[in-house]
Amino acid sequence: MDWFLQQLINGLALGAIYALIALGYTMVYGVLRFINFAHSDVLMLGAFAAFYITPKVAPSLGSQSLMTALVVIVFSAVICAIIGMTIEFLAYRPLRKRPRLTVLITAIGVSLFIEFAGQHEKIFGAATKPFPKLLPKTDFNWGELHFSSNDLVVLVLTALLLAAMWFIVQRTKIGMAMRAVSYNEQAAALMGVNVNAVISFTFALGSALAAIAGIFYAMRAPGIEPLMGVQPGLRAFIAAVLGGIGNLPGAALGGIVLGLLETFFGGMPGLSNYRDAIAFAILILILLFRPAGLLGKQQTEKV
Amino acid sequence: MPGKEKWFLLLAIAAAVALSMISGAFNRYYLGIVIDVGINIILAVSLNLINGHTGQFSLGHAGFMAVGGYLAAKVTLVWGASVPPAAQPFLFLAALLIGGLVAAVAGLAVGVPSLRLRGDYLAIVTLGFGEIIRVVFQTSEFFGAATGLTGIAKLTTFGWAWALAAVTVYVVATIVNSTYGRGFIAVHDDEIAASAMGINPVRYKVTAFVIGAFFAGIAGGLYAHHKLVLKPDGFDFVKSIEIVVMVILGGMGRTVGVILAAIILTILPELLRGVAEYRMIIYSLLIILLMLTRPQGLFTFGKKGAA
Repeated sequence: MDWFLQQLINGLALGAIYALIALGYTMVYGVLRFINFAHSDVLMLGAFAAFYITPKVAPSLGSQSLMTALVVIVFSAVICAIIGMTIEFLAYRPLRKRPRLTVLITAIGVSLFIEFAGQHEKIFGAATKPFPKLLPKTDFNWGELHFSSNDLVVLVLTALLLAAMWFIVQRTKIGMAMRAVSYNEQAAALMGVNVNAVISFTFALGSALAAIAGIFYAMRAPGIEPLMGVQPGLRAFIAAVLGGIGNLPGAALGGIVLGLLETFFGGMPGLSNYRDAIAFAILILILLFRPAGLLGKQQTEKV
Repeated sequence: MPGKEKWFLLLAIAAAVALSMISGAFNRYYLGIVIDVGINIILAVSLNLINGHTGQFSLGHAGFMAVGGYLAAKVTLVWGASVPPAAQPFLFLAALLIGGLVAAVAGLAVGVPSLRLRGDYLAIVTLGFGEIIRVVFQTSEFFGAATGLTGIAKLTTFGWAWALAAVTVYVVATIVNSTYGRGFIAVHDDEIAASAMGINPVRYKVTAFVIGAFFAGIAGGLYAHHKLVLKPDGFDFVKSIEIVVMVILGGMGRTVGVILAAIILTILPELLRGVAEYRMIIYSLLIILLMLTRPQGLFTFGKKGAA
């Protein structure tokens, strides 16, 4: 039972991070109908932004204080939001009317560009760097159960961010515009929605979430390096598809499910090496029975 | 005219074998790149059957390549010593075929889910299969686990690589241009209309996956006996993406374009070796620029146009 609860906590903490990243994938997919491969690298840039900002603000706000963490997170999120909008403006906007596959390959190109540019020694360098401690970390022991305050902060913040996303998309004017563009871009434009602005906003939002997720991910990882986004990005991409791509609650659910699957199988003796394979196998099984994802709309084929 | 194509095949194989005889005279480094080009042509042309002609979206081609590579390497590693030198080419051929056939079985396993899934969902499932295959090799002691297989005999020559590339091009081109093969293009253009015309999309999709995987397996075998070392990391999804980029740059469903793209994308990183530290940065920028300026593929002219 203790083992079960322990894995549950670890899985939820990991799944929350996946959920945050998956939200970005899903929102961009909602408005543009393509998978933004560069999303995982925006996550990496978010972690690096935090890496460079922390030493600047820590002396005045106190190291490992909640205030420092908040300032760092907000600044990194803003930087990544700007980067996300820039990527969309330079690489994706000129291709808006082109087949989706073209945009997909461009996204792969952008992703490779950020990764390789980041590995260049004049930018970040390929070596792993230790991530600064942002928050005072206390470990709680509850009988056999261990969890750190970081996990709790991540879980709470993720829940808040998910609620905020839901609010933005469902209850604000820009959210309504996002849904309109997602439903029918042309009709939305005819109704006076500034489609370009909405798409820029979506990229800003998604990239900000990626930056926050990147910081959380870096806090759990041994260090940060220019390729750190690839693995969580891939997982989150799967999570988004698992939940039904384009669907916000689906992305959150997919992230949690994937995080749980990964930790439960990773924790089982003898199976830990097969962790990734099992997660993928279960994903494939789920997709075989629900081809549009867990919460995706099943579309009937029309002639 | 099938006759003309048969002559092309025979001529290409003869030329490959003849050039292979004198390949000792060439610089080893250049020869290695030329063999790489041949292997990549096989990979790109076989993926083109799945992604281009049939209009599916597979992101798991490196997985099939891994299956073929590992099995072929295992065959020559186990039986290589007990076979007389004169019979080595036959053993190599058998190894390649075994690798290709097992990869084809893997292709069948991936092709079956494609009955229900399309677009991004299919992409993710193929990606998942590719990763599963890689993890299986990475954990299996029999295949050397994380260190991979080493000490593989150098059996891939210029002749093998290019002759098999010619065979691949010939098989894919003749299948697609045959009466039967029009079905692939019909499935690509409109599945519902195709099935209304009595074409079974399921069968065509699975066939495309099986044939594509078979040749990817052959390419994997050639790769294993060219690089002499197999590591599971070499077959991750970045490798699959490389092959996808070749197909898209060449123009989906355009065999000649895809061959040219495979040649260019293999040589390009080598040409940029002089500016080693900026090599991959330039490579990725070129992909973006090409997509912005020639999204229909580098070598697509005429009205088939934006596929």
